[in-house]
Order: sequence, then C-alpha cells, then structure tokens
Amino acid sequence: MRLSPLTSLTLVALALLLAAPWVVYPAFLMKALCFALFAAAFNLLLGYAGLLSFGHAAFFGGAAYVTAHAAKVWGWPPELAILGGTLAAAALGLAMGALAIRRQGIYFAMTTLALAQMLFFLFLQAPFTGGEDGIQGVPQGRLLGLIDLGQPTDAYYAVLAIAALGHLALYRIVHSPFGQVLKAVRDNEARARSLGYEVDRYKLTAFVLSATLAGLAGGTKALVFQIATLTDVQWQMSGEVVLMTLLGGIGTVAGPAVGAFLSVGLESALATSGLPVPAVIGAVFIACVLVFRRGLVGEIGARLKIRL
Amino acid sequence: MTDPAMTDAPTVVPITDVVLETRGLTKSFRGFTAVRDLDFTVRRGTIHALIGPNGAGKTTVFNLLTKFLAPTSGHILHDGVDITAASPAAIARRGIGRSFQISATFPHLTALENVRVALQRRTPGRFHFWRPESTLAALNDRALALLAEVGLEARAQEPAGTLPYGAKKALEIATTLALDPDVLLLDEPLAGMGREDVARTAALIRRTAQKENGRRTVVMVEHNLGVVADLSDRITVLQRGEILAEGSYADIAADRAVREAYMGTGHA
Repeated sequence: MRLSPLTSLTLVALALLLAAPWVVYPAFLMKALCFALFAAAFNLLLGYAGLLSFGHAAFFGGAAYVTAHAAKVWGWPPELAILGGTLAAAALGLAMGALAIRRQGIYFAMTTLALAQMLFFLFLQAPFTGGEDGIQGVPQGRLLGLIDLGQPTDAYYAVLAIAALGHLALYRIVHSPFGQVLKAVRDNEARARSLGYEVDRYKLTAFVLSATLAGLAGGTKALVFQIATLTDVQWQMSGEVVLMTLLGGIGTVAGPAVGAFLSVGLESALATSGLPVPAVIGAVFIACVLVFRRGLVGEIGARLKIRL
Repeated sequence: MTDPAMTDAPTVVPITDVVLETRGLTKSFRGFTAVRDLDFTVRRGTIHALIGPNGAGKTTVFNLLTKFLAPTSGHILHDGVDITAASPAAIARRGIGRSFQISATFPHLTALENVRVALQRRTPGRFHFWRPESTLAALNDRALALLAEVGLEARAQEPAGTLPYGAKKALEIATTLALDPDVLLLDEPLAGMGREDVARTAALIRRTAQKENGRRTVVMVEHNLGVVADLSDRITVLQRGEILAEGSYADIAADRAVREAYMGTGHA
C-alpha cells in the first residue's frame, strides 16, 4: 500500500513524538503540544475562515481557569474538569463570536481583542481567580481513573493523545462539507452569499469550533502544569498564537504545530542564555516572514507541491 | 360560439406572467442618484437585456435586485412577492441566481469544487463538519456535467485562481447554473472573453433560457450589442438611472433618443 505524503509525514511525526520523552523533557513537550493545539485551533479561523481573532487568549485562558477551579475547588476528576473548561470556552466563543462576526477585517480583530480584555479584567478582579496569583496547586489526579497525571511520562502521553485527537478533529472539520463552504466564504464572501449561504452562520460555527479546541488546549495545560494564571488570558497570549501560526504557515494543518514547537523551543533554549528573549524571537519572526511568506510548512508544501 | 379554450379545461395559468418587477425603485449615494424612480418589469421566460452607456446605473440595478444594495426607496417583487427586505442569501434561495461583473470565483478551490459548493447548498450536509469531504463525491458527476457545458471539464482540478479570465467567467456561469435558478441575472457575462468563448457562452445562455420549458428568465447587462441583438427578447435602455427606451432590438435601434445617447448626437 502506498501512503500519501501527508499520511507518511504524519506517521513520522507521531513516531518522533512517541519516542521524544526519552530525549527531551516531558514538561517542555507538553507545553509545546498544548500550544500546538491552541495554534491549530486558532488557524481554523485565520486559515480557513479568513478571520483574524486577536482575542483567542480568552478561550485558552478562560478554559484554563474553569478547569483549574473545577479540579481544585469542586474536586472534579481530570477528564470532567477539562471537559468543563472546554465547554466553557465553547459558550464563551458563542457569545464573543456572535458579537464579533458582525464586523469585518480590523474591526473584527479589535472587537475580539476588546472582549478578551474584558475577560482579562474579570479574571484579575473576580474573587475565585486568585487575582495576580492565579489558581495554583491544581490537583492533577488520574485521567479516566487510570493515567496518573503526576507522572511526567504518563502525563505526556495523555497530552499527546489529546493534542492528536484535537488535530484529527481540526483536519476533519477543514476537510468536511462544512469546511468546503467555509473556504468558499473565506475566498469570496459576496459570492457565497449570492449562492444562498447565510455566511454569518458559517463564520459563527467556525468561531465556536475554534474556541472549543483552544479551550481544550488551555484546560489540558492548566491541569498538567497545575496552574491557571493571568498570563494565559492576557493579550500577549493572543499575539503569541498569531505569531506561531504565521511562523508555521497559515492554512496548513501542520503549520501551527510546527510554529508552536519552534516558538516554545526557542523560548526555552534562550531562557538560560541571558539574551533578551522577546527581541530574539521577534527577529526570528521577522526573518521567517520575510523569507518564507507562506510560513515554514506552507513554503515546504508549495515547493514539494503537496498540501500539508 | 365561444372559444373552447376560454370556457372548458382549466388552463394552467402561471402565478403571474411577470417574474420580476420594480416599483419606484430609487438608489442615491450621498446625493448622487444612481437609479431614479425605476418601474421595470421582466416577463417570465424571456431574455431581457439591460443596456446603456457607462454609469447609466445598470450594475446598481443588478445589485438592488439581488439585495447587495438596499434601495433608498421603492419596492422589488419576485413572483408577486415583495422581496425588498430580503437578504442576498434569501434571494438566492428563492431562485434568483446572479453572476458578477468582475468574475467572482473561489480562487483557492478547484473549478470542480467551485461548482460543487453551489450544488452543496441544497444538501443537508452543508453544515456537517464531522463528516469527510468524500460525502460530497455524489455531487461530482453533476458538477462535471456543468463544467462540460461551459467547456471547462478538462480543467476541473485546477484552482479557480489560476484560470485565465475567460475561463473564470465561464466557471462563474457554471456555478450560477448549479443553483438551477428560476431567474438568472448575468452582469456582463461576455466581458473579457475571446471570440470563441463569446460564441459558446452566448449559445449557453440561449440554451439555459430554454430549459424548464422555457420558463427560466435571463436578465443580463451586456455591452456586446451584437449578442444582445441576437439573444434578447426585450431590451431596456438605461440612461442616468432612468429608462430611456424599452422594446425589441428593432424598436430600440430605431429609437432616436437611444441613438443620441449612444452616438452623442444632439448633445453639445
């Protein structure tokens, strides 16, 4: 049986990730995987609906807070805590999306930013969020009663499974009948309208799906790192995910993940170097955007003429 | 003795012979009136051309009819139903399909996918985000047949964005036809096409109009007067947002006001 280039590359990546904890710290890998899923979820909107959200930290961080609170205060088991965080992100996505999609382009981006900032303020002030400290010491527990999330390697494989399922879901959405309509709306909204599509409903569905998966990433991260803080909901986080996605390649399924690994990798590699990390990452970002207009994966895909 | 057709046999009378109608339609843009108090009627089953010099308001009328612009005042009726307040998507679902002056395709989708996305609108699966794309394969044959009608079957797998201009226009018509519209509004369908494409597209428009037992209506804005003369049952000449003349090509060609508008005679 001959495998398509995409399938074979996916299998290679999966094999590498399965072997990775023997070489790389699981903590680093888990962080990268959570951001990979976050960026991939964000890319569903930017790459396939043509919507630049500048408030995606609200879903990532919002889910992190809900998951952390559910696990710590209410004592929910990990799978339910993550599910709760994910559903909260979906509800938030529905509310924010319904407001934001009424506007286009820069106004859409600014609306999402403004709404996300409102949520940030709420988490800063609300009594249950721990203010500047965030929610710390979240109990990890056993996922599905089996996998001890306190064990780094076990936790890593759990995160890998969640991230893989998330990517699979995104791949399916992009390559579904709905995904076809979404791409049509992205390419030419007026034309899609003239074919009888109520484009706002498709944009809103995409927005909610994207928020949900971003929430899954945020909830997972809160649980395995035992912490939900303001860093997860502030606007820099929304910016970071844009950066990761652009770095890897907009509108490619694998691009955001590659961008996330690159970005998290650079950050941790530079952390001990004494160099000014944001400046170095900024320079790398500018270089990448200038050299690879389609992002790393997008550029490779274009050279090899395959859809990645 | 009475005519039997008048008394017996309940003859099938269409809901109305008029498929599209505007009443007192006016559109102003910041003081500039692009369309003024337009009373315009299109009869079912006809090919009706809208012509006139540049800036006469033809495209504005199109955008008003398809609700891409909201009228300043006046009403639009389709099959006798007031559609003045409907959305563009709702208009399309009523069976009014349109093409755009500047070719409107989905550039990153293949030619086949462009047509298929129009076919997909009637399927329940348009919202299914959990099912694979292969569930759409059932529509491929119909999409390919539509592409063949416009001579694009060989380019079915090419992204629409890479097609030459004439092919994009043809693809747009195929996509609009996929809606199986009751009324087809074509905004300069032949603009930018080579001679061969013009002949084929004109033939396609004629063929299209004859489908549905000749009940399908085509309204087109077109500058190619040769084709307009050849295809149209009725022609409306617009000038400065108002109807200058209306009738068959022979009527129009003989009209002094029309000749003046086109030739500029009689004006300083």
